[in-house]
Amino acid sequence: MLRISKRTDLTKKQYIQLRLAAVIMALFTSGIFILIMGQNPAAIYFAMLQGAFGSFYGLRETIIMTIPLVITSLGISTAFKMKFWNIGAEGQIYMGAFAASYFALNHHDMPKPFLLLVMAAASIAGGGLWALIPGFFKARFGTNETLFTLMMNYIAIKWITYLQYGPWKDPNAKGFPIIAAFKETAILPGFMGIHIGLIIALALVALMHIFMYHTKKGYEISVIGESENTARYAGMNVKKIIVAAILLSGGLCGLAGMIQASGVHGTLSVDVSGGIGYTAIITTWLGQLSPALIMLVSFLFAALVQGGSYIQTVFQIPQAAASILQGMILFFVLGSEFFIQYKINFKKEGI
Amino acid sequence: MDAASLAAYAALFLTAAVKAGTPLLYATLGETITERSGNLNLGVEGMMLMGAVAGFQFGLITRNPLFALTAAMLAASLGSLIFAFLTVTLRANQVVSGLSLTIFGAGIAGFIGQKLSGQVVPASVKAWFYPVKIPLLGDIPGIGQILFNHDILIYLSYMLAIGLGIYLFNTRKGLNLRAVGENPAAADAAGIGVSLYKYVHILAGGALCGLGGAYLSLVYVPAWQENITAGRGWIAVALVIFVAWNPYKALLGAFFFGGLDILGLYLQKFDIKVSQYIINMLPYIVTILVLVFTSIKKSKENAPPKALGVPYFREDR
Repeated sequence: MLRISKRTDLTKKQYIQLRLAAVIMALFTSGIFILIMGQNPAAIYFAMLQGAFGSFYGLRETIIMTIPLVITSLGISTAFKMKFWNIGAEGQIYMGAFAASYFALNHHDMPKPFLLLVMAAASIAGGGLWALIPGFFKARFGTNETLFTLMMNYIAIKWITYLQYGPWKDPNAKGFPIIAAFKETAILPGFMGIHIGLIIALALVALMHIFMYHTKKGYEISVIGESENTARYAGMNVKKIIVAAILLSGGLCGLAGMIQASGVHGTLSVDVSGGIGYTAIITTWLGQLSPALIMLVSFLFAALVQGGSYIQTVFQIPQAAASILQGMILFFVLGSEFFIQYKINFKKEGI
Repeated sequence: MDAASLAAYAALFLTAAVKAGTPLLYATLGETITERSGNLNLGVEGMMLMGAVAGFQFGLITRNPLFALTAAMLAASLGSLIFAFLTVTLRANQVVSGLSLTIFGAGIAGFIGQKLSGQVVPASVKAWFYPVKIPLLGDIPGIGQILFNHDILIYLSYMLAIGLGIYLFNTRKGLNLRAVGENPAAADAAGIGVSLYKYVHILAGGALCGLGGAYLSLVYVPAWQENITAGRGWIAVALVIFVAWNPYKALLGAFFFGGLDILGLYLQKFDIKVSQYIINMLPYIVTILVLVFTSIKKSKENAPPKALGVPYFREDR
């Protein structure tokens, strides 16, 4: 007979072994699929590695893709810590980008550092407020936040689409539905092709680590996540902390939106996020809400995406193959979680 | 436009709304029974895509609509089987597992669909899905044309919605299912096989999502195009909330959302300049309103299943 019990004795080595085993099994299973489709899996995997790390260009693209993933994941982790299941990062990214773009498009004659700061503040406010709407209803009426935040994503995307095809369409674009490119004053500076968002992301990882593990406010957030009643009994102003944490969560996602618009795309468009908000939920979860782990997982995930777009150009294998591989790795890693949390005892019948 | 032609135009619009709502209806019914078992599967979009591509591919190969539809259901329920295994047996996070399934399903559809681009459904398959007027019912003025002059899959979706409504609210098994979604520990104590119920309904839910996808690729479009579902899976997730996890209401809700989907197109004739993108927001806005009102009124009838999204471990009780 099988008995399942909680596991407490897992060493770090066993943990890493379990994770690695999951990834290897995913590569193996996907390999069979690729083989059936008439391609050589080893060659494809090697090419993906090469695409992600093998050249300066590839590595740079991987890093640029890691930046918004890390920042968004940090935002999501703040909400998840409170067991506020914010899956609305995608919408918060778009609304942050929207708020920043408003200033970039209309007030580009401000001095550059000042404009960039205004844009960053606007994006944090935009994303934060977008998260606060479901947050308010959750705190006040207990409205299901998972479903609410999910719906908010689609409203945000349709809103940006509306702007891009309607009032914000660039009249000089010969009828193409695009928003005018930002002026130089609204573009994030960079070095060697990597925008300054990298430094922001690294700083945020350090700050969030300190905030979550070494400050009173950070501790209060995790207490609320464990038990709201305990927090109330300890004299915390639960509603106020929830609101502040949700603003922080959405604000960070919004900031990621500004960084994408200003540092990567050079303007606002419906492609500014392109699913980062959803991918970040996955990286947050796999990173176990820990800033350092989130950074690692985001980097690996970005490498997977970058490697995927590389095999498309080199092997003419559709990028979809990389999505299959992504899905497969996620399935196995999610499955391995079980063996990390629980152990299975085989016992003889009749005990 | 005079009154008679306006009425005819409105009937034309409503007929198209029913058709546009059908893929949503299948997916919504599928997600409804899935969520009734307490599992929030956000992989609807991925499962619809898997169903769409499998149905289309098998329709091309076998030229037989039954094989095509079976393949669509099997493919999508295979996807939901992965979700069920992860979330029920291995107790993984439901949101993350569902999102992963969407990535995976989109990957499968994109990979296989790459060779299908531009192909059209064979005539022998198409012939099966021509509109058939139902005798008597189809002759009722107005309603007859709007509801009873359609293809066979639309009639099947009516029957399915009503059948699932009866199943859910008037049978023993339906009661058990609702108990599993509301309070799995109590259901377990009452001798209901919680995991079995979850597996069966997640798999059946997946099959229905697959049918919804196949309706798009085989009947609605009917040709292969990349990302053929275009977010309809997410609309279905919204619709489940809008209709309060109720198959009967899903019937009306799907046609309402289907109507919103094509409204902009039909408004052009009147020179009404409402952006389709703003109209496209409406399904989500009304869904949020429903969600908020149910929580304010604390209405039990329209609230989400209590244990939705919460994994059940007997050992943790």
